[in-house]
Amino acid sequence: MANEPIIQAQGLTKLFTVSKKTVEAVTDLTFAVVRGELVAFLGPNGAGKSTSLRMLTTLLPPTAGGASVVGRDILRDPSGVRARIGYVGQLTSGSFAQRVRDELISQGAFYGLTKSASRSRADELIESLDLGGFATRSVQQLSGGQKRRLDIALGLMHAPPLLFLDEPSTGLDPQSRANLWQHIRDLRAQHGTTVFLTTHYLEEADRYAERVMVMDRGRIIADDTAARLKAELAGDVVTLRFDSDADARTAASVVGALTAREVDVEGSVITVTAPDGDALLPTAVRALDAEGLVVRSATGVPPTLDDVFLALTGRTLREADRTAQEQGSEETVEQTSEPGEHPDPESQSTETGDAGFAQKGTK
Amino acid sequence: MTTPTDSAVRPNVARDTWNVLIRELRPIVRDPFSLIFSLLQPLVFLGLFGPLLIGMSDAPVSGTLQWFVPGVLVMIVLFGTGTVGSNLQYEMMTGSHERTLVAPLSRSSLLVGRALKEIAPIVVQASVIVLVAWPFGFTVNPIGLVAGLALIAVFGVGLGALSYALALGTKEHEWLFWGVQQMLIFPLLILSGMLIPLEEGPAWMRVIATVNPVNWVVQGERALLSGDFTDLTVLWGALAALAVAAVGLAVGIRAMQRSR
Repeated sequence: MANEPIIQAQGLTKLFTVSKKTVEAVTDLTFAVVRGELVAFLGPNGAGKSTSLRMLTTLLPPTAGGASVVGRDILRDPSGVRARIGYVGQLTSGSFAQRVRDELISQGAFYGLTKSASRSRADELIESLDLGGFATRSVQQLSGGQKRRLDIALGLMHAPPLLFLDEPSTGLDPQSRANLWQHIRDLRAQHGTTVFLTTHYLEEADRYAERVMVMDRGRIIADDTAARLKAELAGDVVTLRFDSDADARTAASVVGALTAREVDVEGSVITVTAPDGDALLPTAVRALDAEGLVVRSATGVPPTLDDVFLALTGRTLREADRTAQEQGSEETVEQTSEPGEHPDPESQSTETGDAGFAQKGTK
Repeated sequence: MTTPTDSAVRPNVARDTWNVLIRELRPIVRDPFSLIFSLLQPLVFLGLFGPLLIGMSDAPVSGTLQWFVPGVLVMIVLFGTGTVGSNLQYEMMTGSHERTLVAPLSRSSLLVGRALKEIAPIVVQASVIVLVAWPFGFTVNPIGLVAGLALIAVFGVGLGALSYALALGTKEHEWLFWGVQQMLIFPLLILSGMLIPLEEGPAWMRVIATVNPVNWVVQGERALLSGDFTDLTVLWGALAALAVAAVGLAVGIRAMQRSR
C-alpha cells in the first residue's frame, strides 16, 4: 500500500491547434509518483508543466494516454479524482468578493464536510497558515503572500492525500516564498501528504524537492533527485591555478589521468568538470605535489540544476524562458484551439507558450 | 489535526446547487449596503425620468406611477441581473472559477446556484423601489406585489443565467462581454415600452415588441401590481418569464459544462 503509486501517468499527450497547425504541448508523459513524495516539475515557461498538471487534475482532457490519480482514472472517474486531490492553481483560488473565512467554509461544503467540520477545519487552517489577522477581510484586500496562503488553505480544506501546486511561489517576495515552503514542508512532515508541484525556479526545486522531473518541450528529459541529477549530468567545476603555463599543461595530463575527464587549459589555469569535486580537490593537490607541481589556488564550484538543464538541452533555463516568451507573444490566444473543438482561449492562456515551444521543437 | 482521509464526496446536483447558492449569497449578507448602492440607477430613472413622464401625461400622478414603477422593477433586472456575468468573468480571470472546476461539484450547480442567487437582490431592490414610490401616490395590491416579485424573479433567473453564459462564452475578453451586453440591453429596454409607451411608435417597432419577452414581462408586471389578475397579459408575462428562464438555464448549463 505504502509503495503503491498515487499518480500513475501512461502516455499522457496533449495536442493543441495553433494557427491551424497541430502542435504537441505534452508528449507521451509516463511516470509514477509514490505516496509521500515531494516532486517538482522543473522547466522553462511553456515546457508543458501546467498542461500536464491540468490533465492530471481533470481540468483538461488528454488527447491520448491516461492516468490514475489517487486510485481513480482521470477519464472514467474525474469526480472521483477531484474529491481526492487538492489543487492550487497559478492564479488566486479565492474569489475577490468573498471573505477569507467564508471562502474556506464554502470550500468545505463543496467537499462534503459538515457545517461544524468546515468551521473547525477553517479555523485550524487560518491558524496554521497565519491568516488569523484577515479572516474577515475580503480576498481582494489581501497581499500577494496572504492570498497565496489562502490558496494553500483552500487546497487543504478536505485534507487531501495529494496536493497539486502550479507555480506556487511565482510573484512572491523571498520571505513569503520561504514562508510558503515552510508550510509545504510542515504539511508533509505532519500528514505525509504527497506534494506535486511545478516551478521554473531552479533554487526552489534544488532546495526543496526530493525528486525533480526536468521538463522541456513537452517531454520529461530527466527524473531523479536533484543531487543525483547534478552529480551525473553536471558535476562540480574544479579550477586550479599554477605558476606557469607549462606547469598547467603538465598538471592537465595528471588531472586528466586521475579523473578520466577532459581537462581545459587556459594559460596557467586548468578546469575540469567531475562528480564529487570535494573529494577530487585534495586528491588532485596531493597528486600534483608528488609531481612537483605547486598549486597556487584551488576552487570547486558545485553544479546547479541550471547546469543540468544546460547539459540536457544545450541551453540554460533563462534562455529557454526568453524563447518561450517570444514564441508566446507571436501567437495570440484566439488562434489556439483544440482539434475538433471550439476555440478555448481561457484554458490555453497559460499554454500558449507551451504550444509555441512545441511548435518550435517540431519544426 | 486532521489526518489525510480518502474523502469520497460525489457530485450531487441539489446539494451542490445549494452550496453554490449559499456561497454566492455570503457577500450580500456581509455587505447588504452593496444592494442599495446598485439601486442608484433605477432611483435616478424614478426621480428624473418619472417627473418627465408625469409632466408629459394628462393622467394624474398616481396613474403615471402605476404605469411607470412596474417598468422600473423590470429595469432592475435588466441592468442589475443582466450584468452579473461580469462577476463570473472576473472570477475566471482571477482564478477562483478554476478552483471550483477542480472541486467535486456538478458543473450545472455552478450555474444554477449562481442564477438562483439573483432572486435575492431582485426581491430586495424591487421592494425598496416600491417603498420609495409609495409616498408619491403609487399604490400596490399586496398579493399582486408578491406575484409580481415572483414574476421578475423567474425572469431574473433566466436573464442572469444568460449573462453567465455570455461570460463563459467570451472568456477573458471583457470588452466582448460588455459589447454584446450593451448591444442587446438597450434594444430590449426601448422595445419593451418600459420607459415610453410603444403605442405612439411606428408599426415596425410594435411588431418587434411583440416578440420581445421583456415587453410581456413589463405588461404582466403592471397588471399584477395593480391587482388585475385576470388580465391576459399576466399569462403572457408568466409564459415569457418562464421561457427566458428555461432557455437561459439550458444555455447557461451547457456553457458551464464546457468550461475549463
